[in-house]
Amino acid sequence: MMKFDRPAERNPIDDQTVVGQPTSRIDGALKTTGQARYAYEQHDVVPDQTYGYLVGAGIARGRIRAIDSRAARDLPGVIEVITWENAGDVTYPGGGTPDYLAGPEIQHYHQAVALVVAESFEAARDGAFLLEISYDRAPGRYALPSLAEGDWPAPDEAREGLEPVDSDTVGDFEAAFAAAPVRIEQRYQTSHESHAMMEPHATIAHWADGRLTLWTATQMVGWAQRSLARLFGIEKSDVRVIAPYVGGGFGAKLAIQSDAVLAAMAARKVGRPVKVALTRPMVMNNTTHRSATLQRVRLGAERDGRLTAIAHQGISGNLAEGRHEPAVSQTKLLYAGANRLTAMHMAILDLPKASDMRAPGEAPGLMALEVAMDELAEALGMDPVELRIRNDTQSDPADPERPFSERHLVECLRTGAERFGWSERSTTPGTRRDGDWLLGMGMAAGYRDNLVRQSAARIRLEQDGSLTVETDMTDIGTGSYTILAQTAAEMLGVPLGRVAVRLGDSDFPLSVGSGGQWGANNATAGLYAACVRLRAMICEMLQMPEAEAQFADGAVTGAGRRVELAELVRDEAISAEDRIEYGDLDETHQQATFAAHFVEAAVNAWTGEVRLRRMLSVCDAGRILNPKTARSQVIGSMTMGIGSALMEELAVDAGAGFFVNHDLAGYEVPVHADLPEQEVIFLDHPDAFSSPMKAKGVGELGLCGVGAAIANALYNATGIRLREYPLTLDGMLERLPPLAPPGP
Amino acid sequence: MKAFSYERARSPQQAAAVVAANPEARFIAGGTNLIDLMKLQIEAPRHLVDVQDLDLHRIEAKEDGGLRIGALVSNTALATDERIRRDYGAVARAIMAGASGQLRNKATTAGNLLQRTRCPYFYDTAQRCNKRAPGSGCAAIEGFSRGLGVIGTSEHCIATYPGDMAVALRLFETVVETVDAEGAVRMIPLAEFHRLPGTTPERDTVLEQGEFITAVHLGPPPEGRQFYQKVRDRASYAFALVSVAALLRPDGTGRVAFGGVAPRPWRVEEAEELLPQGARAVTDRAFRDARPTAGNAFKLPLATRTLAYVMAQAKG
Amino acid sequence: MAPASSTTSMKVSFRVNGTPRELELDPRVTLLDALREHLHLTGAKKGCDHGQCGACTTIVNGARINACLSLAVMHAGDEITTIEGIGQPDALHPLQAAFIEHDGYQCGYCTPGQICSALAMLEEIDRAVPSHVQEDLLQKAGITEAEIRERMSGNICRCGAYANIVAAILEIAEGETA
Repeated sequence: MMKFDRPAERNPIDDQTVVGQPTSRIDGALKTTGQARYAYEQHDVVPDQTYGYLVGAGIARGRIRAIDSRAARDLPGVIEVITWENAGDVTYPGGGTPDYLAGPEIQHYHQAVALVVAESFEAARDGAFLLEISYDRAPGRYALPSLAEGDWPAPDEAREGLEPVDSDTVGDFEAAFAAAPVRIEQRYQTSHESHAMMEPHATIAHWADGRLTLWTATQMVGWAQRSLARLFGIEKSDVRVIAPYVGGGFGAKLAIQSDAVLAAMAARKVGRPVKVALTRPMVMNNTTHRSATLQRVRLGAERDGRLTAIAHQGISGNLAEGRHEPAVSQTKLLYAGANRLTAMHMAILDLPKASDMRAPGEAPGLMALEVAMDELAEALGMDPVELRIRNDTQSDPADPERPFSERHLVECLRTGAERFGWSERSTTPGTRRDGDWLLGMGMAAGYRDNLVRQSAARIRLEQDGSLTVETDMTDIGTGSYTILAQTAAEMLGVPLGRVAVRLGDSDFPLSVGSGGQWGANNATAGLYAACVRLRAMICEMLQMPEAEAQFADGAVTGAGRRVELAELVRDEAISAEDRIEYGDLDETHQQATFAAHFVEAAVNAWTGEVRLRRMLSVCDAGRILNPKTARSQVIGSMTMGIGSALMEELAVDAGAGFFVNHDLAGYEVPVHADLPEQEVIFLDHPDAFSSPMKAKGVGELGLCGVGAAIANALYNATGIRLREYPLTLDGMLERLPPLAPPGP
Repeated sequence: MKAFSYERARSPQQAAAVVAANPEARFIAGGTNLIDLMKLQIEAPRHLVDVQDLDLHRIEAKEDGGLRIGALVSNTALATDERIRRDYGAVARAIMAGASGQLRNKATTAGNLLQRTRCPYFYDTAQRCNKRAPGSGCAAIEGFSRGLGVIGTSEHCIATYPGDMAVALRLFETVVETVDAEGAVRMIPLAEFHRLPGTTPERDTVLEQGEFITAVHLGPPPEGRQFYQKVRDRASYAFALVSVAALLRPDGTGRVAFGGVAPRPWRVEEAEELLPQGARAVTDRAFRDARPTAGNAFKLPLATRTLAYVMAQAKG
Repeated sequence: MAPASSTTSMKVSFRVNGTPRELELDPRVTLLDALREHLHLTGAKKGCDHGQCGACTTIVNGARINACLSLAVMHAGDEITTIEGIGQPDALHPLQAAFIEHDGYQCGYCTPGQICSALAMLEEIDRAVPSHVQEDLLQKAGITEAEIRERMSGNICRCGAYANIVAAILEIAEGETA
């Protein structure tokens, strides 16, 4: 185990001969030719596969009265109908996670009530529609509270169905806010959002000799293994989870979902492998989503722009015992200011489970805070970039003794303003026009914590001198295959093409997995540890002092000798495994990533349609391990930010209690035509406190603040301040330029 | 999807006869809407008559200067036809504003007219919907109705006709040609083709069981500039919140049809007479009997503003 | 291979990537499932199964279609090209190479559909198929970013690789016209 408890010193990664280079993905040839195989496509791993078709509850709350499966069972090709009555023993996790198979209680809409298993997909689907299920409906709560103006729960105040979950105070906010010469107080609303990754949740499950194997779409192989072991009451070592390719996740595949559990249940029951993919219309209500939020922001400032009082309160929804969306977390750390208040409440809702989606907390939180900052800049008559620069802090505002490890937000802001041509922004909203389109510019700051977590990997020097990396890390589109190969190549001095990377198998060492933008830094750091061990083993074999050994060009050189790596391996490959663990550097120092986002928006003066023209994000995220794949992470986040700001909303039917627009026609995510010109700039500030890699996460940073920059650009274009996302034309029509009276 | 038997039609009349004789039979051409609905068991035919081999893929000039468009002409082929691009530009633009390149390659002229609503409650078989399950009620009226109809609706259904092409076709003297099991040809003006829901929203059109569309006739190209303006949140691959098809003459007169607002392309001839008085006069009249929900009332000012936008383009 | 269940199965023959194929299928099997589940050509993806995402885009008789919204039995005699017929890892099509160079993908799930769609889309421009963003309907559209973005909008990429996909397509389009 390598304990990382002191800032990294110079190490082989700093050479950046491979790491830090814009290498094309090593899995590219497989992905672009359709040869990369995703979970549902593993048709040859085990014979006799059957098809499972999942049936979701048609009510949001209540009880199953009866399930009549006779007609389905009579259908030729149908093998079994799994319901709560025959599924066999399982132990559900509870604690805010609904049961993967409902019964008799229904906890949310489209909660699985049955899985029809058949010889063909067509028979399983036919059987699913033959089930006759009757319910007793129960009333539920489906909407966030509507709070009258002036009414907001005090930080620790509990109300019926509304629980205080987190609050934090520094100084005396109320007094400072009352005394502030310039004040902003506004409310904002973000919508329920769906991850909508392209590959629906899918699993093939197979039992043999009491052992369960799953080929499944998961971001976290280790979590899936542990969860399944608990569910089925078996040892972790009796569960194998395989996920070499995952078609996106964005948080939706952090925890296992019904596809995995029901496939495993059904496979146990029918004694054959079962493959299950959620149908697209089932994904949005059966699985998780990001909760909508209500947010209240109050900012008090001196006339020179210095913040003296910052309060950010929020309400999100979830099932009882579920977790809240931590939308105020960034507000504790983004700006200076002596008097602060942050508080979250959670409304108990009977909607499907709310859970993590890309940049949980910061994504919706900054969509409020950074619009409030824009409103404050306007109230001050100050440039929004300058306002943020003036309120920069180099330490935790709640604890000045606790500095940021690296923080270059001001450089992001200045670089971005210059590159974007911010000085050409009109300070008077609604005054720039291009024909029928109103033009405006907006900006926002971005912030996302950098999380350090232990991660392990194995590296093997093969007989031919090539390297094989093995870890259960996943690549959900993030580029893990490539940056791990780059790390190994750099550490052992082997060309990139001589490194094979095998991922997503629980038989491999336990990694950090993909989520929370923690994957890149921690997974490569874990591999770094394994590489250090392999280097030591090689030096010991050669009796070469480690300090003198140089690994380059497929050979190790030192103490007057040069030995080809291929010559080192006799009968058996040389294998090293290790794990990175972290000390308290993330406590002594605040580790975070920063961005400045700039947007130019056009709003049709007649219809209110919003179309973006340009976007720029400047990111400060430690060492960028691969500028090509990192840029893709950022432009992808920016794109998700467009959706979040302008079109994405899981619409709730507040009577029936479900997300109505539950497919990809109803839930609109950005398409090619929505995309403007996008530019990304990475600042070069390796962070020695984060890991030996000196990298930090970047996959979520690109989303943090983008929505607010769009909202601010839209305001600058029109003079219309919308505070409820998505910012659609409905809210603008009455306030757009009036129609001219008919001319002659 | 229920099991079904499948055959290829040999002639329009033979196809019509098969479907007329079997209430559980349906025609299939492009399949882009029918298969979508069959997967959700919103449609559950037990027999499919695939009409793709029929000789209905041509666009022919008519003696009166109009065009006869074969029922199986794909959306892509229709929009690409030089006569359509030149003389019926609104039709080409409407087609290309709809769906995606892939869907337009498959979708046919007749099928597009028959496209069923995109109301989300119609699409969810656990929900009440009079169009899908007559008598079950309408969950949309009290539910999420942002994309739904504001006029021509009833207390039983507020679904919209979701297509684009038919909205533009309303600008021309468009007639739908059908044949039945006996070989009888019927010419149905497009204006009368789509039904308003009333108490029987399950019937979208006036077609009888087994009545088969063979062609769509366009009248001679009229004078004036043509427009199709589609408004939506997403820039492409999205259904219209509101669309406006317009034919505008230099003297300020013209024709206007609206999409995304009603169970059928919405054209009110009396309202068109008010074109010289401006967009608001037209929409005030065309939407005089509108009964929007709180969730879709914005479509009324949006229709006005979109028409005004088109009229400004005509002037500019 | 799973036997047909409740329906009489039907024989259907077509060519896939130049190879004649004959299958015995339940008529309910879509072209997409015939490719994925029966021929084990899993390059075409099932993202939505309802024509809402484009991940299944396949080229049939030269035209791109959503294989999920077409029944296999409707394709008797057709010439079907899937991503497997475009290029292989050791013999990439120039567009596949351009996708790799420009990082025109992330998770890879929409990628085969994007590539098939793009190839057929460029031919559509060549055949004067108009688009929604075209100013003059009577002129052949140019191969511009705006045209590509509009014409590729039936292929959703949730990872948001759009800018890189457009760059890759432009590169090979320019290469072909140069």
